[in-house]
Amino acid sequence: MTGTAPAAETAGTGDAPASFLEVRDLKIHFPTDDGLVKSVDGLSFQLERGRTLGIVGESGSGKSVTSLGILGLHNKRNADVSGEIWLDGKELVGASQAEVRRLRGRNMSMIFQDPLSSMHPFYTVGHQIIEAYRVHNDVSKAVARKHAIDMLGRVGIPKPDKRVDDYPHLFSGGMRQRAMIAMALSCDPELLIADEPTTALDVTVQAQILDLIRDLQQEFNSAVIMITHDLGVVAELADDILVMYAGRAAEYAAVDDAFHRPLHPYTWGLLGSMPRLDRERSERLLPIEGSPPSLINVPSGCAFHPRCPYSELNGDRSTTERPELIELEPGHKAACHLPLEKRREIWNDEIRAKL
Amino acid sequence: MFAYIIRRLIGAVVMLLLVSLVTFGIFFWLPKLAGQTTDQIAASYVGKAPTAEAIQDTKERLGLDKPVVVQYGNYLKALAVGKDYKAGPVTDHCPAPCMGYSFRSSQPVLETLLDRAPATLSLAIGAAIVWLGVGISTGVVSALRRGSVWDRASMIIALAGVSLPIYFTGLVSLALFSYTFKIFPGGGSYTSVTDNPLRWFEALVLPWVTLAFLYAAMYARLTRAGMLETMNEDYIRTARAKGLPERTVVTKHALRASLTPIMTIFGLDLGLLLGGAVLTENTFGIPGLGRLAIDSIRSGDLPMVLGVTLLTATSIIVINLIVDLLYAVVDPRVRLG
Repeated sequence: MTGTAPAAETAGTGDAPASFLEVRDLKIHFPTDDGLVKSVDGLSFQLERGRTLGIVGESGSGKSVTSLGILGLHNKRNADVSGEIWLDGKELVGASQAEVRRLRGRNMSMIFQDPLSSMHPFYTVGHQIIEAYRVHNDVSKAVARKHAIDMLGRVGIPKPDKRVDDYPHLFSGGMRQRAMIAMALSCDPELLIADEPTTALDVTVQAQILDLIRDLQQEFNSAVIMITHDLGVVAELADDILVMYAGRAAEYAAVDDAFHRPLHPYTWGLLGSMPRLDRERSERLLPIEGSPPSLINVPSGCAFHPRCPYSELNGDRSTTERPELIELEPGHKAACHLPLEKRREIWNDEIRAKL
Repeated sequence: MFAYIIRRLIGAVVMLLLVSLVTFGIFFWLPKLAGQTTDQIAASYVGKAPTAEAIQDTKERLGLDKPVVVQYGNYLKALAVGKDYKAGPVTDHCPAPCMGYSFRSSQPVLETLLDRAPATLSLAIGAAIVWLGVGISTGVVSALRRGSVWDRASMIIALAGVSLPIYFTGLVSLALFSYTFKIFPGGGSYTSVTDNPLRWFEALVLPWVTLAFLYAAMYARLTRAGMLETMNEDYIRTARAKGLPERTVVTKHALRASLTPIMTIFGLDLGLLLGGAVLTENTFGIPGLGRLAIDSIRSGDLPMVLGVTLLTATSIIVINLIVDLLYAVVDPRVRLG
């Protein structure tokens, strides 16, 4: 697994890109009474059909805001969205709301974190799938119902012809998430965004759901964005990984590179925060000091510098100059001021041994 | 489901017994506690210059000389099986549910209630239609355009609607639309719908609007608050993510979920109004149950007061039962039992 070299300089050229999904310099800002919240501040990435991108980061790093931005679900009245989002040759940021709405559910769809609160409590599961299918397909209710039963069967719900008439609260957590996936896939979307799809589920169910997503991705040949704070999920499913910090990309690489040759101190920290059973109990967890920054007063220079143990090695560059995401190895980008050699040295000598 | 309805109906009967007991107690014990003798009580029903015979006669006819418990027992018995009244040479039979005769007009209570009910029913139902339509739609639009000029203006008007009493808004609307511009007929022009539907409608427009203004204001605020909360729910985001048009998202997904708490309050409001909209009926001179209640209380006409009270309590209890049953239909998570 070597990943798709995330290449291409992604300045806002305005030209349609070659890749299936390309996000260029995406900025999503929310003006509030307390100040401008820069939830996403200059993010670029791309994704091909049949591949999976894992977006990783702490809460508040802008993962979910990015995915809602791609679907055009931000209210234009309280969010400033700029940059470019190209889906299959169409630009979405500048497109009308009606155009984006027609793409939603059909060309791109989303699986949400908590399937109980994400389904309407007053309508049956079948009704909600039928509704999703019929918005984009001009078919009779009977045909849509057959399709809904078919979808429920494909995501592994037993007796789908009976369960189709049940309400969401009558489903178990895992079954509910399967139903949610059936709904998201009902129109055969080319892009599927899964926003922490397994966070609210039992561990035993998590693996089943991830398997299901992988199987369905192969079957439908869709592009998948997997948003998670669980590096285990990313290692399992993703081809590429985008590590986000304070609304920007800290590191962007093929999964193999990110796990075995990470080039950003924040990624090192995330790897250290994964519990490892094969270590001594006291050394299993190496959390990152401090907490995620405020998105209103993002730290100057490198946003990670207050929590970075190596920020002094750069003199005052860490606090004065924002590091750009630079391609350091083929298909491997990171935004850090540390000299590349120094970073390799720290990783090999200090970090890897402890993980 | 069936067992639930039976249980609720038994509960309703117990509730009505309690209501009648309390009302009965208030009108019989209170005068006695205040030191009135049965003679004095009876005298108040006879006329301007009561003779001793007339007082004695009245006491016997109304049963005022019997202990209160016996009187209450007789009242309930009449309700259940009817009662025969001796009035000189003839005997009147009052069929169940017999609520007795008015102390004042000697008319059967039930007949009077049924005579007054259509006016109150017309007023309450008509106003309810207006306030539900206006209140809910105003609330929805305000919630969707929170902070807009529309939202602010309608919420200020709603605040005024809640604050201004009926006898103020009612009199102002009468002064403007009836006496000044002569668009609608003035007070006291209520006509039965069976007599003249057009007159009935004309006479009720102002009362409907006046009464609905108060309630529409409350319902607009309730709907707005409910919608603001619902529009932030995860399932609304899901509905949008499916690509549903915004209109469907608002009406089918958000409004339906916001309406359940409003349904509960509507049940209470309508039940209460069906027992008589006292202020509106008085302001516009509508001969409904509310005016009947006020007049009866003023003249101490116990059977009539008891009758109106029981009718009001019944309508509230019945409508609440209906609302609770509807709840289970609207929200599949609600299980009756």
